[in-house]
Amino acid sequence: MSAHAETLHHGPAKGISRWILTTNHKDIGTLYLVFSLIMLFIGGTMAFVIRAELFQPGLQLVMPEFFNQMTTMHGLIMIFGAVMPAFVGLANWQVPLMIGAPDMALPRLNNFSFWILPFAFTMLLSTLFMPGGAPDFGWTFYAPLSTTYAPPSVTFFVFAVHMMGISSILGAINVIVTIFNMRAPGMKMMDLPLFVWSWLITAFLLIAVMPVLAAVVTMVLMDVHFGTSFFSAGGGGDPVLFQHVFWFFAHPEVYIMVLPAFGVISEIIPTFSRKPLFGYRAMVLATIAIAFLSFIVWAHHMFTVGMPLTGELFFMYTTMLIAVPTGVKVFNWISTMFRGAMTFETPMLFAIAFIVLFTIGGLSGLMLAIAPADFQYHDTYFVVAHFHYVLVPGSVFGIIAAVYYWLPKWSGNMYDEKLGQWHFWLSFIGVNLTFFPMHFVGLAGMPRRIPDYALQFADFNMLTSLGAFLFGTTQLLFVYILVKTVRSGKPAEQLPWEGARGLEWSVPTPAPYHTFTTPPELNKE
Amino acid sequence: MFRRLHLLCLALVLPPAPLRALEFNMPVGVTDTSQSIFNLHMTIFYICLAIAVVVFGVMLWSIYHHRKSKGHEAAQFHGNILVEVIWTTIPFLILIAIAIPSTITLKDLYDTTESDIDIQVTGHQWKWHYKYIGEDVDFFSVLATPREEIENRKKKNPNYLLEVDNPVVVPVHKKIRFLFTSNDVIHAWWVPDLAIKKDAIPGFINESWTRINEPGLYRGQCAELCGKHHAFMPIELKAVSEAEYETWLAEQKTAQEAAVAAAEKDWSMEELMNTGATVYEKNCAACHQADGSGMPPTFPPLDGSAIVQGEKIDHMKIVVNGRVEKGMPAFGKQLSAVDIAAAITFERNSWGNQTDDMVTPAEVQDLMDKQ
Repeated sequence: MSAHAETLHHGPAKGISRWILTTNHKDIGTLYLVFSLIMLFIGGTMAFVIRAELFQPGLQLVMPEFFNQMTTMHGLIMIFGAVMPAFVGLANWQVPLMIGAPDMALPRLNNFSFWILPFAFTMLLSTLFMPGGAPDFGWTFYAPLSTTYAPPSVTFFVFAVHMMGISSILGAINVIVTIFNMRAPGMKMMDLPLFVWSWLITAFLLIAVMPVLAAVVTMVLMDVHFGTSFFSAGGGGDPVLFQHVFWFFAHPEVYIMVLPAFGVISEIIPTFSRKPLFGYRAMVLATIAIAFLSFIVWAHHMFTVGMPLTGELFFMYTTMLIAVPTGVKVFNWISTMFRGAMTFETPMLFAIAFIVLFTIGGLSGLMLAIAPADFQYHDTYFVVAHFHYVLVPGSVFGIIAAVYYWLPKWSGNMYDEKLGQWHFWLSFIGVNLTFFPMHFVGLAGMPRRIPDYALQFADFNMLTSLGAFLFGTTQLLFVYILVKTVRSGKPAEQLPWEGARGLEWSVPTPAPYHTFTTPPELNKE
Repeated sequence: MFRRLHLLCLALVLPPAPLRALEFNMPVGVTDTSQSIFNLHMTIFYICLAIAVVVFGVMLWSIYHHRKSKGHEAAQFHGNILVEVIWTTIPFLILIAIAIPSTITLKDLYDTTESDIDIQVTGHQWKWHYKYIGEDVDFFSVLATPREEIENRKKKNPNYLLEVDNPVVVPVHKKIRFLFTSNDVIHAWWVPDLAIKKDAIPGFINESWTRINEPGLYRGQCAELCGKHHAFMPIELKAVSEAEYETWLAEQKTAQEAAVAAAEKDWSMEELMNTGATVYEKNCAACHQADGSGMPPTFPPLDGSAIVQGEKIDHMKIVVNGRVEKGMPAFGKQLSAVDIAAAITFERNSWGNQTDDMVTPAEVQDLMDKQ
């Protein structure tokens, strides 16, 4: 951090205590982002194990029970450890800067929400070394596999999930309170940047569904230890009840992981098109519509559990409806690009790849919405391909784009554009090589979550594994670029991007430790 | 590895040879419903493809023409109510067009009335049980791929992991109703050529039906994660003519009567050990391992186990009644007295266990009758 005049007397504390005791939104944002990067590599290592075992038919490297632990932990770590904290990190850095607030509304709570996470994940990861191994019932932990038939470590899994949930809820409360109360004077809700809008809606989703997750893990805990039978028919319960409660949480969760990315893309596309965002109001309404629909589509994850016909039809129709507001978003982004004056720096490349690949994931989602066809797609690699397309080149590319976009403002230095382009192209090729062939093996009949497979799936699986190795190792380049930028990058200008607008660019580069201690004057455009 | 890649490249270039290696679409299947699902799938796929071509087309055109390096000046428009309405309405109409045929197909799939044959399918960790309702015929269907192939000690056969010891046999052109349930965790019974995938849920019964048009052997797998050997519980379904089906059914009944009779004959130690080795491999080795070493703490070792080396009756009780809370199934409900006696005899006289005990089918039957 440079010694900007404003920071002389209120600079960060020295040494490690700065990071432990900090209540500064920028420090906490950095902590979240670094934590998420570490988790990305831990979850990525597990993906490596999975793909190495699936490189060829037959069991080569790991036993089936360890394979199941890897798929379970990979999912949990990537969702709760990598993607969600990364977005909270972005919110911490950007929301105050974008609305002209000096910090988050509840800074001590902010510190607490972050510091829960390392403990939660240490506990979750420690289950790998426990007798009986880590959770092996999939990240969806369907009962009774996660109750009667679970390894002893399920108790620690429940506790860890509770802690992650508390962290997310507190983080979400903070975002909402900040946005409602700390906007610069004169900034109306419909003046909010789309990133802030998206996060506001995401935060409401979090508050609505994280308690549902807490409820369902608690019911699992009760069934395991206290003799209840929520999910056991033998005691009057129902295993399908688990799935209803779980997916009532987990479907909105899907949007929690992608709405902030929509926000990021809505910031980046106008900047590099040098043209205002097309249809701001429609974008806000579409996001709200998606959030609302996310609550009434959950059972499309359960088309094969034997719901009554009317149930199947209801969830099929509502799920198909999601295509409408999502389509609106894609059309608006493309209209923003249309007749702009585009340049293609790294953030823009990742943003464009996001639009294309997320749309592919969305279209396969539309296919999955068709209940009768889903009888063939359900629980196959087609589903794996679908959700990785929306999560990796969707959410993860959104995060990477955001980091490249705002890094000059955060660190004061410019990243190496040439290396950024390399990172993009290798990631783009890797991600498609990994996930595109999964559509084929899924349609041809390969179930998901299996450590070994029939011979007709061999070629595409090998291709997928090679792609995964390429994509995974490419992310080491990302780390190198980040370190190089922070340590020895060329100093960035105050406005590093010609077309960028918004309050975050009005502060000096790098952003001083304390910004907007007096509220900014809004010049209405 | 390079040979495989080479094959892949060849397959991409050459016209499709009889190479099974490159299946990349949903099978059309052998029933009317699988056919209509396939048509539905292709229709949606082409609609998606058309949308993608238009959307990405506009985008790429714009990326090519409206770039700063070509000196394009940015326009400053930022909204238009009319186009927003248009691109909200058109997708909505497309969705309605897709929803209609989907609804018709789904309604048809849910009509399980007026079946000719009812088969109860029960998922077990990790095998399927088939019961022909009203016919007194029932059997387990277990993976037939040898362990050597899975562990890469032998060349894999073309039906690797998709073969079972006892396929489920059904006649063609008859309406067959399947009733799915489970003995332990949730499984899912899936045969792509029939376009049936249904969860088998403990304590509940799900229904599905099929009417197969062509005789043949159709293979599938369990589709719902059901524990460690989820990948190793395939389905093999044999569709035959009605006459063949009747013959097969009669044979099954005779065989099951013979099995009952077998329990009453005198078994020698050698016979029991031989049968026991097979039964152990199929039913016990998945958890307790082929060498009896188990996988502690979840699955205890049998080699040197106090129970296996202790009183016969304790050993028999555990095998017959199971320890459901620890994941040990009650084999009294799954296997015949002969198989249980043989497996116990085998366990008591293998690896480091040399008790010289022989457990006879009569003893096991006795215990099972008392329960």
